[in-house]
Amino acid sequence: MNAEPTALPSEAPPRVETVRLQPTRGFGRVLAPRELWRYRDLAFQIAARDVTVRYRQTALGALWAVLQPIGFMVVFSLFFGKVAGVSSDGLPYALFSLAALVPWTVFATVLTLGSDSLVVNTALVSKIYFPRIFIPGGVVAAGLVDLGISLVILLVIVLLYGTVPTIAILMLPVLVAIMLATALGTSAALSAANVRYRDIRYVVPFAIQMWLFLTPVVYASSSISQPWRTLSAINPMVGVVEGFRWATLSPVAPPWALIGVSALSSIVFLLGGLAYFDRVERSFADLI
Amino acid sequence: MTDIAIQTHELGKSYQLGLHQTGNLRETLSAAARRPLQTLGRRRSARKETDTLWALRDVSIKIEDGEVVGLIGHNGAGKSTFLKLLSRITEPNAGWAEVTGRVGSLLEVGTGFHPELTGRENIYLNGAILGMRRAEIRRRFDEIVEFAEVGRFLDTPVKRYSSGMSVRLAFAVAAHLEPEILLVDEVLSVGDATFQRRSLAKMNEVAREGRTVIFVSHNLGTIRSLCERGILLERGTVVADAPAGEAIEKYLQLLERAASDDLLERSDRDSRSQGDTRIRAVSIADLASGQRDVVVGGHPAKISVEVTEPVAGLDCRLLIVNSLGLAVTRLDSEVSAPIDVRDPAPGTTIECEIDPLPLMPGRYRIDARVNSGDQVQDGLDGAAYFDVEPGILGERPMHTVSGDGDVVVPHTWRLPG
Repeated sequence: MNAEPTALPSEAPPRVETVRLQPTRGFGRVLAPRELWRYRDLAFQIAARDVTVRYRQTALGALWAVLQPIGFMVVFSLFFGKVAGVSSDGLPYALFSLAALVPWTVFATVLTLGSDSLVVNTALVSKIYFPRIFIPGGVVAAGLVDLGISLVILLVIVLLYGTVPTIAILMLPVLVAIMLATALGTSAALSAANVRYRDIRYVVPFAIQMWLFLTPVVYASSSISQPWRTLSAINPMVGVVEGFRWATLSPVAPPWALIGVSALSSIVFLLGGLAYFDRVERSFADLI
Repeated sequence: MTDIAIQTHELGKSYQLGLHQTGNLRETLSAAARRPLQTLGRRRSARKETDTLWALRDVSIKIEDGEVVGLIGHNGAGKSTFLKLLSRITEPNAGWAEVTGRVGSLLEVGTGFHPELTGRENIYLNGAILGMRRAEIRRRFDEIVEFAEVGRFLDTPVKRYSSGMSVRLAFAVAAHLEPEILLVDEVLSVGDATFQRRSLAKMNEVAREGRTVIFVSHNLGTIRSLCERGILLERGTVVADAPAGEAIEKYLQLLERAASDDLLERSDRDSRSQGDTRIRAVSIADLASGQRDVVVGGHPAKISVEVTEPVAGLDCRLLIVNSLGLAVTRLDSEVSAPIDVRDPAPGTTIECEIDPLPLMPGRYRIDARVNSGDQVQDGLDGAAYFDVEPGILGERPMHTVSGDGDVVVPHTWRLPG
């Protein structure tokens, strides 16, 4: 079995390139576009797996993406709308809360699953090379499917209430982008921290609860006085949630300031999260 | 002119000793509180060199396209670390490596299979994990299914597969990947006999096709027959890079030298070792001649294992291995017999008598492991070496030339006149 490289089949495999492996420093592993592109099929497969697995063997399947926000809507309407009489900017409280719950629920689910994602995928991470960002990234992509489903239900309910969305609905993709950027940055950072400190697993559910109350889901941000209202949009979900209300329910005034601040802040969340992920990534296989 | 498939230059990988692998937040926070400036500054710079374990150090090699290279060495010599670096699972901390071409690995057989997904979905997922393009998988899909013999169950979740079926499917995907460089780590030691035969056949095929293969195995016979070149690693560095036969010779010498050293000093112990008690010495004695480490075939022999601490309920497993690295037989005290004797008090000596010793002339080694309950206390491959000299078994003299097996069986002929 002597190697006879000259006798190799002439149709040499395409795209043979040399990869240099050496200690890396600084930013640039996570965002190396060539690497991400090279493994694009895997990114798609991981996202597809996350979507398929989430709902396979659940009796209600993807309906869960809808039941959760609707369940919360009913409870919130009873307690905050009726009993506590929280102001809802003159909107029916049910609609007011549902428009916020749709993005919030997806965000919270992504954060919960995303922060655990690297640890759950230990077998992959410790045996195979691929850009690790695909793991939390897959969870975010799967969240997009949930969002699509619950968004349809939201629009149906809005129409049933007799409200016709205006042109403002075209802002939804921007709002979704803000949410995804925040979700990806945060879950990337949390999943990376989770590899090192398993405490994260216990911190996340608690942190999500806190975050819910820092976000105007059950209340309206108009109940906060300026300049705190605009400042509160440093939490990107403030802009997302108020933006969703405006884009789907129209009557509220366009919250441009909130969306603007949140958009900037979400970029910080995204870059910060990816930077931390990048710093920790090189040691995943040694730690996990 | 031949191309270089893999080139490394002073490649190294170190691990920090004594650091918690997965710490908890409190430790980090309290450490940060105690010395905030250092933590904010370059906290990694303060580490002492003595805390560093180099799993691999100063490895500079060149592997040409189409070479089939066997990687040999003790447990913990750095073989797996080397493969992990080449497959980019972990990053080196020193030097560099250049890898030309797609790297595939039979080490990854079945990694990433998801039990909830169907066979079909898993083929796509696993193919992507192994680095295949989607179009490529689609093109070879039928071949993969046929090879795995799972056609009827293609749309059944893999969790309902028998273990044999999932291994077949996983292997089928890996086997249809066409990497320029194939890394194989001990894959032949997992799975059933059929699976092993198939992987070996696949290895042969890949090697013949002129692809580059790096092969790690404890089975020196396989390395000798598959590889033209052998690289011997010892404590993370290359100690021999030579034709496979030579490298194996060198390895065997190294093993013997290690066995004659103080066993307590050896670091290549079973990774699961609890270490409440440790193997101090292993020896074999010919009970008829009284000689140690040389036994006449057919004579009664006694293997003695000395451990450091008396631990209650010790059991011992001895593996007798021939000079090609193939196990000849296993002696296991956990499989007990009425004639076994267990002293009421814990002690530090374990003895195993074999009467008569039914081995052909040759050189053998003993791999020893001691357990208590279901915990591995200590394990050492190559804990002792011994020679068997030609003798008589059941009144019949042995062949003096070895080569036709390792075992002598007492037998009687009935022949026509």
